Amino acid sequence: MDNAFQAAFRLIAERDPVLVEIVTLSLQVSLTAVLIASAIALPLGAAIALWQFPGRGLLIVILNAFMGLPPVVAGLMVYLMLSRAGPLGELGLLFTPTAMVIAQVVLILPIVAALSRQVIEELWGEYREQLQSLGVSRLGAIPTLLWDARFSLTTVVLAGFGRASAEVGAVLIVGGNISGVTRVMTTSIALETNRGNLPLALGLGIILLVLVATVNAVAYMVGESARRRLG
Amino acid sequence: MNRAEPLSLLPLELEGVAFRHRGQTLLHPLDLRLERNGKTLIMGPNGAGKSLLMRICHGLLAPTAGTVRWCGGATPDTIRRRQAMVFQRPVLLRRSALANVRHALGAQGVPRRERARRADEAIEQFGLQAIAHRPARVLSGGEQQRLALARAWALRPEILFMDEPTAALDPAAIRAVEEAVDTFHHNGTCIVMSTHDLGQARRLADDVIFLVNGTLVERSPVQQFFEAPRSAQAAAFVRGDLVW
Repeated sequence: MDNAFQAAFRLIAERDPVLVEIVTLSLQVSLTAVLIASAIALPLGAAIALWQFPGRGLLIVILNAFMGLPPVVAGLMVYLMLSRAGPLGELGLLFTPTAMVIAQVVLILPIVAALSRQVIEELWGEYREQLQSLGVSRLGAIPTLLWDARFSLTTVVLAGFGRASAEVGAVLIVGGNISGVTRVMTTSIALETNRGNLPLALGLGIILLVLVATVNAVAYMVGESARRRLG
Repeated sequence: MNRAEPLSLLPLELEGVAFRHRGQTLLHPLDLRLERNGKTLIMGPNGAGKSLLMRICHGLLAPTAGTVRWCGGATPDTIRRRQAMVFQRPVLLRRSALANVRHALGAQGVPRRERARRADEAIEQFGLQAIAHRPARVLSGGEQQRLALARAWALRPEILFMDEPTAALDPAAIRAVEEAVDTFHHNGTCIVMSTHDLGQARRLADDVIFLVNGTLVERSPVQQFFEAPRSAQAAAFVRGDLVW
């Protein structure tokens, strides 16, 4: 075991090309997924917070429920859509990084939308009369609300990133864990552990752990400093 | 440009305005006329409908009966831009004091370059230069209310509604708010303000609107209201008795 740890740190220190490639792809996939999911989910969360419409309650319940969507189920859903026989099979996206991005978007979009809905609804309750008094419409209020909730929303987006980068099930199913193409940190750890290649598995595990810890630390610090500085 | 903007929105006329909510009448039908450049104070016990009346005048709430009529047939957009409201607890955005004023100007469609100039001028008018770049929400209660006034000032309203703006402030801050009221008044802004403070009403008001339980009981010039009120309820209120 000691040897495995030493070997793992050596891989990290020497920037082992296989390890670097896997880490890079992981970050690319998860960051892209977070970016796309946020671009859709933040305005969506704001819209649900600001407007009353039939089925709003149901939509909120569904979003909240999907926050806990098991990654393998998200993976399965996207797999069925993208597989040869599926509705989007023509595109030939299965077992590509794009498919992994789609699966992760499906996974984190409900999280970002549901949490940002809560954040913005609370802020709207506070700002509503003042903004109305200034003649700001609901639609016009969205940029103000998104900006003023920026620190809370950063935490929300980081939560989405943490979830995306740490899950195995979805990317494994739609990506296929193909060496050099769709192999990311989590799927590699699972595979290399089975193969007995502990140094690489451990090395990736350490990086993943540090990454997730960093994301959480940043989220915490952003929240705290915002509370202290902006009240 | 669409149609020409009217010279003045005032007088504001309320005709048979009433407000019901969940089967309860919160404001009984009332007629009211607010003249240009007046200082009208709305008084009455808690729950009398003071805030409600102001919110209806300001357009935050629609009356369930009656009409609110501004002079000159202005568009809703113009009406909105020519008035401002300061709340009991100022609602400030999570940004700097100066950015709060600029945001309000932006919301009302003031061109960017003019925004900066008018915001600076308002900050200076209310002596907020030293704290212009501090986050608005960490300012003291008095500073926050002054900032809310500066924000309203930048909008150059023709009529300013103030909902118990001094209720949560210490004497020094109250004084600053009262001075601000005078400043607005000297610039030709019509003031409509609610307060619980009899002394403040005496100091500031031209006339007093007295509400009890959603009914307009009396409207009198300030001197008459305090010295020879026409209604028994106002007389009791001025003496400091409980009136409901």
